[in-house]
Amino acid sequence: MKKENTIIVALAVLAAVIAATWLILVAPSLTGNEINMTKGVTQQSADHFDLHMIVLWICVVIGIGVFTVMFTSIVLHRKSRGHKAAKFSHSTKAEMIWTIIPVLILVVMAVPATTALVRMEDSSGAEMTVKITGFQWRWKYEYLDQDISFISSLASSSNTARQLDSGIAPESVDNYLRDVDHPLVLPVGRKIRFLITADDVIHSWWVPALGWKRDAIPGFVNEAWTNIEKPGTYRGQCAELCGKDHGFMPIVVIALAEDEFESWVSEQLAGKTQSDQQVTVR
Amino acid sequence: MTTEAIHHDVNETHDAHDHGDHKPTGFLDRWLFTTNHKDIGTLYLVFSLTMFMIGGAMAMIIRAELFMPGLQLVEPDFFNQMTTMHALIMVFGAVMPAWVGFANWLVPMMIGAPDMALPRMNNWSFWILPFAFTMLLSTLFMDSGGPAAGWTLYPPLVLQTGTSFAFVVFAVHMMGVSSIMGSINIIATIFNMRAPGMRLLRMPMFVWTWLITAFLLIAVMPVLAGAVTMLLTDHFFSTNFFNAAGGGDPVMFQHIFWFFGHPEVYIMILPAFGVVSEILPTFSRKPLFGYGSMVYATATIAFLSFIVWAHHMFTVGMPLQAELFFMYATMLISVPTGVKVFNWVATMWQGSMTFETPMLFAIGFVVLFTIGGLSGLMLAITAADFQYHDTYFVVAHFHYVLVPGAVFALMAATYYWLPKFTGNMYSEKWGKIHFWLSAIFVNVLFFPQHYLGLAGMPRRIPDYSPQFADFNMVSSIGGFAFGATQLIFVGIVWHCAFRSKVKATPKVWEGSRGLEWTLDSPPAYHSFNTPPEVTCNALSRAD
Repeated sequence: MKKENTIIVALAVLAAVIAATWLILVAPSLTGNEINMTKGVTQQSADHFDLHMIVLWICVVIGIGVFTVMFTSIVLHRKSRGHKAAKFSHSTKAEMIWTIIPVLILVVMAVPATTALVRMEDSSGAEMTVKITGFQWRWKYEYLDQDISFISSLASSSNTARQLDSGIAPESVDNYLRDVDHPLVLPVGRKIRFLITADDVIHSWWVPALGWKRDAIPGFVNEAWTNIEKPGTYRGQCAELCGKDHGFMPIVVIALAEDEFESWVSEQLAGKTQSDQQVTVR
Repeated sequence: MTTEAIHHDVNETHDAHDHGDHKPTGFLDRWLFTTNHKDIGTLYLVFSLTMFMIGGAMAMIIRAELFMPGLQLVEPDFFNQMTTMHALIMVFGAVMPAWVGFANWLVPMMIGAPDMALPRMNNWSFWILPFAFTMLLSTLFMDSGGPAAGWTLYPPLVLQTGTSFAFVVFAVHMMGVSSIMGSINIIATIFNMRAPGMRLLRMPMFVWTWLITAFLLIAVMPVLAGAVTMLLTDHFFSTNFFNAAGGGDPVMFQHIFWFFGHPEVYIMILPAFGVVSEILPTFSRKPLFGYGSMVYATATIAFLSFIVWAHHMFTVGMPLQAELFFMYATMLISVPTGVKVFNWVATMWQGSMTFETPMLFAIGFVVLFTIGGLSGLMLAITAADFQYHDTYFVVAHFHYVLVPGAVFALMAATYYWLPKFTGNMYSEKWGKIHFWLSAIFVNVLFFPQHYLGLAGMPRRIPDYSPQFADFNMVSSIGGFAFGATQLIFVGIVWHCAFRSKVKATPKVWEGSRGLEWTLDSPPAYHSFNTPPEVTCNALSRAD
């Protein structure tokens, strides 16, 4: 009788805890806002999304278990219901169980976590290299194989609107704070190596759809890579506090099909030759 | 208890215990020159509550600017000064001194000692703090402005701070001196002044967690002092410790800082574990489950805290092997932390629970700290951290362990021991209102920040793209409501100390355990002049 009571209450509490979990982890997405990590457009971002979801689910299950036991106890074992306190103060068996099981869960988690990390850190076999330099508060991109380089700053429409008391509603600006004058143009389906550094303070180059961020540190050249699977425009921004305009140095990556990228490269080189000639003429 | 609980008028008798309630009469004598652990404890607690309000006001400015996209209230540089100062004030001015305040009040009473081992140093370690924080806050009014590089003070950015930077460094030095002296005092007290029979494994959990915390403090505060001193000389004396152009290494600062910084987070949370381990048995009317494993788990967490620091800097570009080591070590911390949570649940299981305000805050702590712990486990996964790092997901994580974690435990401790300290009961009705409003709004404030971080919002930005607008507004509303709720807390404390007509009994709570509950409420100014005899571990005793 008493045991049945416990089971019924525990099931009711379990239902309530699951409902609460749904309310905080699923319901907010019904507002149409993005609430989860992006799956992105690279192998790495997919790896990291899967890893994130595996660990999230393990955490959710552990949390639901712990809170169900705890709230069952809170419902049943209260003085106002006349429950008499038990006297036990330890149980070696129970303590062994809840030490060893978490260790096993960690081992299970460590396997995919290690695989993904090893894969992310392997930048061998890159087909082209782009050097990224962070400045206060813009990015410089140098295509080392194509001899193209340019500086990328916050788009002027956002820059005007973002001033204190500008009177311009952020919603009225296209891609407010997420747009630049010169986006980084990259080909899809090619393994691209990035060399990342900075010229003044530490910055961090982050485009969520690519699946990682990497610090740009003066005096260091960090290495990272990507292989974008889908053409499109992907936006990110500096992720390491770098001074007053840290919030205003976005990153835009435009991924083009291989042939479109090649024509973009020739356009750039042609433009460059033209402007070089102009300089010579002057 | 025996004679020390009996009050004597100073003029009335020459009995050996006649100084039991003798207080200095002048205001300065009582508070400025005090060497009494209870008065110094009160000073620490009042100071930290003041800092909590100042740091909270800064948080209100931050949340107000982030209420909507676009800049409405402050310039970005001032916004950065606010985030930096908010963190420095809350970490060093609110949470740490609050725990030292409770340690001052409670450690002597819990181990049956008449006072702290080093009472004059105790006075000094407190009175340094108001000067340190006045100096720190004064930088906001200087021409060059306050520090704006984040509380982590990463060079080279922090070296762009103007001349006010010297004041920041000196303030950090003074806080460090205060913390180190406070810890030495606590260690000396616990090792030398325990009552007969108070063996180490009979000590209350709060004493145990503080003993371990004190060792962490002594180990890492000098490291922080060294790091900021190198910043100081880099800034003003042309050294190149962290300047790459001069052969220095900016990443080395991060290693040194986080070697301090990670134990620091346990400095803020271990005493909270102690408090919750005291409160749950009281209101469950049942012994603490697994006292021994609680002590060992605390020590294990403290040890591990020294070998996980680089998980704060996975994205700086470390070798793969180092990333793997720090990932595995960090994941391991969840094992002793899990043991603690399971032991707390087992303490409540089959108890005879009542839900006075301290118990509510302790239960709130267990639930919400667990959520913060689980998001911490997610952050430990290095590859995924390349997405989480430096986003609002991290902000949500550490606020979950610090606000409904450390701060809720401080609230629980206040409601639990304030009747002992003041001799009056607080208003249970208002305490419960305070709890429920806090518990609701802290989640409205911080839970949406998980979504923001996962959706791609970096931390420490004053303005954001409209795609993040909805949850920032929700978070800000939660923030304003949570902030306003804390004014209720100030009112409750004031009322309990000066206005409450309901007197507290010595035991205060039906199920309270431990030596402090054998003293009067309030205890005599000098308690345990004669040490009590201790015959068992009060926390694990079955009765």
